[in-house]
Amino acid sequence: MRAHARIGFVLLLTPLVLWLGLLIVIPHIDMAILSLRERISFGVYEPSLMQYEKALTEPLYLRTFWRTAVMSVLATGITLLIAFPVAYYIAKMAKGRLQQVLFLLCLIPFYVSELVRTFGWMILLRETGIVSNLLQWVGLADQPVEMLYNDAAMMVGLVYTSMLFMVVPLVTTLESLDDSVIEAGYDLGGNGLSVLREIIIPHAMPGIVSGCIVVFMLSLGNYLTPTMLGGKDSLWFTEMIYNQFIVRSNWELGAAFGFMLLVLSSVIVWGMLRLTGRTLQETMG
Amino acid sequence: MIPTIPTSRSFRLIYGGYVLLFFLYLALPLTVVAVFAFNDSQFPSLPWEGFTWNWFFGEDRPQVGVFHERGILRAVGTSAFVATCVAALSVSVGTTNAFLFNRYEFRLKGVLYVLMLLPLVIPGIVLGISILVFSSTLANGIWDAARIDIQALRPGLLLVILGQFSFITTIATLVISARLQKFDRTLEEAALNLGATRLVAVRTITIPFLMPAMVGALVVAFLMSFENFNTTLMLVGSDAPLTIAMFDRLKEGSTPLLNAVSLLLMLGSSLLALVVILFQRR
Repeated sequence: MRAHARIGFVLLLTPLVLWLGLLIVIPHIDMAILSLRERISFGVYEPSLMQYEKALTEPLYLRTFWRTAVMSVLATGITLLIAFPVAYYIAKMAKGRLQQVLFLLCLIPFYVSELVRTFGWMILLRETGIVSNLLQWVGLADQPVEMLYNDAAMMVGLVYTSMLFMVVPLVTTLESLDDSVIEAGYDLGGNGLSVLREIIIPHAMPGIVSGCIVVFMLSLGNYLTPTMLGGKDSLWFTEMIYNQFIVRSNWELGAAFGFMLLVLSSVIVWGMLRLTGRTLQETMG
Repeated sequence: MIPTIPTSRSFRLIYGGYVLLFFLYLALPLTVVAVFAFNDSQFPSLPWEGFTWNWFFGEDRPQVGVFHERGILRAVGTSAFVATCVAALSVSVGTTNAFLFNRYEFRLKGVLYVLMLLPLVIPGIVLGISILVFSSTLANGIWDAARIDIQALRPGLLLVILGQFSFITTIATLVISARLQKFDRTLEEAALNLGATRLVAVRTITIPFLMPAMVGALVVAFLMSFENFNTTLMLVGSDAPLTIAMFDRLKEGSTPLLNAVSLLLMLGSSLLALVVILFQRR
């Protein structure tokens, strides 16, 4: 029996180790090694920190890096602000059938490819688009307005794309809050604002944290939305990685960029978990 | 702020209005995409030139419909192939992972569990380039050592499948683990007492219990693979899956053909979602 269990264990462990080893751990180590070398001449490489030096001294690279980080944080904040009241409505105000229907309605857009969603915003916002025509028709504009290719359009797209990943964890945690606790808050003399601050938000914290982490990751790693909706000035860090790898074939620098993105996202996720005293297992699992 | 607490009428109105606006915001882009699939014009934008089915069934230029557009059809085929492989692979590995984490205690279990979660927090593009880098290191190494060029390790469908598999497996594992945790192990022990071997017990008792989760994971994996963009973008070779093919066309300028494809995609994925919901309810 023991030998039996041993064989079963090895058989179950093998796929996991192969998957994580060959597709996650080793590729990332290889990428790290690649980013730590410098091309001397054809086929001759030397270990060096030059790629990171270049990435950290070139103003364009550095600016894009911080811009991507700040804009992603901003997108996460906006998503949270928009999603919270809606999630609260679904979890606490709507009852029965309506609650189920609203929840399902939230999910539907995300069964559709991100490309389609972005395409929808392009049709809406471009110069010949719906919004521009609407503004002219109402009389707020006397010529076509281009609303695409700027930071605001990009932000609208980013928030839209990650909305689901904020709403779902929020609804789940808010549903577990007992109505009587809220009532007790009012009975003890609280008003809407203090009940929100003292009871609802602390209770929803786990949902807020996991929603924020996922939305931040998705924004940071997004490529489509900044490319299609953003303008010339809204360069995203993922676009620079793509450019180095595919357009310039400078894999060493591209790998260094990739690592910087990875470190940035890890640091922020770790920081958020530390701040709220939670672990990755609780948040994701 | 719950129904049993009295609030002012105007507050309720404003709140309700806000929620309504939110759902309009959600529906707007998709509605627009769907409506313009029927515009009898070269551009998916106003003015509205009248209703047409041409972007679905049209055979002649300039309005070649989806069902006669070779490039798009081929891309759909590629995507379906990739998605089927990814779904099958990730559900298989997801199931073995679920059993491993549920049934065994071993050293480094915690470390492996966190590692298993990591693909979810690695940006898709970084996953893509790391696999690209490693596979070409391998390919170059093999070339230097034996002068054999292994095409499969160059950007192409195999790498796309592996790249998507690398993070979709995490999701499959989580979905299947969640159900396995609810399983009552005494049922399995009863089967063993009745003379079944361990394998037979798992096959006849545990696997049927896991079926809803496995089917759910299969569909989710299929959809995620079909829609994946970031990882695929870095690993794609000459056979482009649908999202990449659409992206390339979108960059060149769009015709309502893309709207028609998108509408079909929406219908397809809602149908799949419906199947899952019905299956789960049964």
